[in-house]
Amino acid sequence: MTIDEVVGELTDGMTIGIGGWGPRRKPMALVRAILRSDLKDLTIVSWGGADVGLLARAGKIRRLVFAFVSLDSVPLEPNFQKARQEGTIPEVVELDEGMFQTGLRAAAQRLPFLPMRAGLGSDVLVNQPWIRTITSPYAGPDDQHEELVAVPALHLDVALVHLNRADQHGNATYLGPDPYFDDLFCMAADRAYLSVEQVVDTAGLTVDTPVQRLLLSRMMVSGVVETPNGAHFTTCTPDYERDERFQRAYAAAASGSDEEWAAFSTRFLQGDEAAYQAAVRAFGEES
Amino acid sequence: MSDVTRADVCAAAIADAFQDDGEIFASPMGMLPMLGVRLAKLTSNPDLVISDGESLFLAGVPPLFARADVVEGWIPFRNVFDVVAHGKRHVMMGATQVDRHGNQNISAIGDWKQPKRQLLGSRGAPGNTVNNRTSYWVSRHSPRVFVERVDIVSGVGPRLAKEAGPAAARFNDIHRVVSNLAVFDVEGAGDTLRLLSVHPGVTVDEVRAATGFELDVPADVPTTRAPTTEELILIREVLDPKGLRFKEVPDVD
Repeated sequence: MTIDEVVGELTDGMTIGIGGWGPRRKPMALVRAILRSDLKDLTIVSWGGADVGLLARAGKIRRLVFAFVSLDSVPLEPNFQKARQEGTIPEVVELDEGMFQTGLRAAAQRLPFLPMRAGLGSDVLVNQPWIRTITSPYAGPDDQHEELVAVPALHLDVALVHLNRADQHGNATYLGPDPYFDDLFCMAADRAYLSVEQVVDTAGLTVDTPVQRLLLSRMMVSGVVETPNGAHFTTCTPDYERDERFQRAYAAAASGSDEEWAAFSTRFLQGDEAAYQAAVRAFGEES
Repeated sequence: MSDVTRADVCAAAIADAFQDDGEIFASPMGMLPMLGVRLAKLTSNPDLVISDGESLFLAGVPPLFARADVVEGWIPFRNVFDVVAHGKRHVMMGATQVDRHGNQNISAIGDWKQPKRQLLGSRGAPGNTVNNRTSYWVSRHSPRVFVERVDIVSGVGPRLAKEAGPAAARFNDIHRVVSNLAVFDVEGAGDTLRLLSVHPGVTVDEVRAATGFELDVPADVPTTRAPTTEELILIREVLDPKGLRFKEVPDVD
């Protein structure tokens, strides 16, 4: 598939899960393509980084499900901050990080909820009173029937994830130290689209890589698109690390004036992915 | 050894928070907690399990932000959540606000619906505090941090945990709050913050003045212990020779 064909599968109002973690191995080329599209009113489900920031700044998000939004080396995401402080995301669902995983697990297992301790006593439950608790039918220690959080399934219409290598069928490996939760995102979704640094033939997936790195099977993936440097400016270890200099420029523009953001946006986000990558190369060549 | 700095005192106080933990995963968030945990592993508690902060368990004890050490295990984020639920973990988190009842906020300042200042979000604080031992580190103790009531409860203190029922209270264990001025626990009257010690050169009145609520202050408040000579050598020559700790806690007279 092409990037535009993937985005062509998306429609207004969809619930879209974005893989990776914070500023790590995000499917940024696909996120940029959503920015260029007319898509609107999206529900975004993400352990957030600049994916959330960019989509929020562009006014694409009607509902955000998140546990944090961070750029790691820049702790707070300025576009996300701005959107929250100006109240431009109409509906926000803030979860504990582990609840987020449990919600994806429930969806992946086609269950309405899964029980969990996380959230009890915190304002996650106070601010989202629709998240309910459930009492165990079994007596625990001291004959108590524990009352736990019934973490609702985070069912996704579509998952977007980025890995290092895949074959054309959707079998895919991560080569860095952490798979994050991209398999769960795919299983929680009706359809999952995978971008990769490189499409290889099937034998190439395991020729010098342990089979345990095969995170996704073709059953979990609806389409594959090759997007070299497609996670930029997030990490895609070991193919490349985070582009810290570019991220600083992004964060500075995002927290600057509207004019500064417009200049960044014009330089990097107006054209297609090839134009973006060319602009990034030019930026990299500046001292 | 002379010239003990405030940062050195803080590092030793943080190390002390981990000394009785046994063989559990020590998860420090931030520079001084990372220094303190590694100091504990080299002194009082060699059984601590530490990571590179990303996905590897480290067999050795490298200096702050140094790469390359012997790896003894794999701890990707998905497994961190398993360790949290299993309970063999002590996390020391930061806190934008801490209140009288040991609740913590890292989510946002102001009204949650439209905050005055959006921060990280609640991250793993709700799950940490009802599952495993949790401590907090505050590098700049002030009434803006130590507030009567946090704006948003990310980390759950003992009183709220009890109110939420046995499932929340069962493993709730807020162990220490260490700041640049003092050390606290949450064993004060009515599950409130209690002053355990003031750092050398700090008075109880200074701590009171820098705290936006009424602290439980015992009649006799000891001074936080000074680091030993061995600890000072480990801090200065092994773990933080570049003095990165002073970026978080500047030297004071």
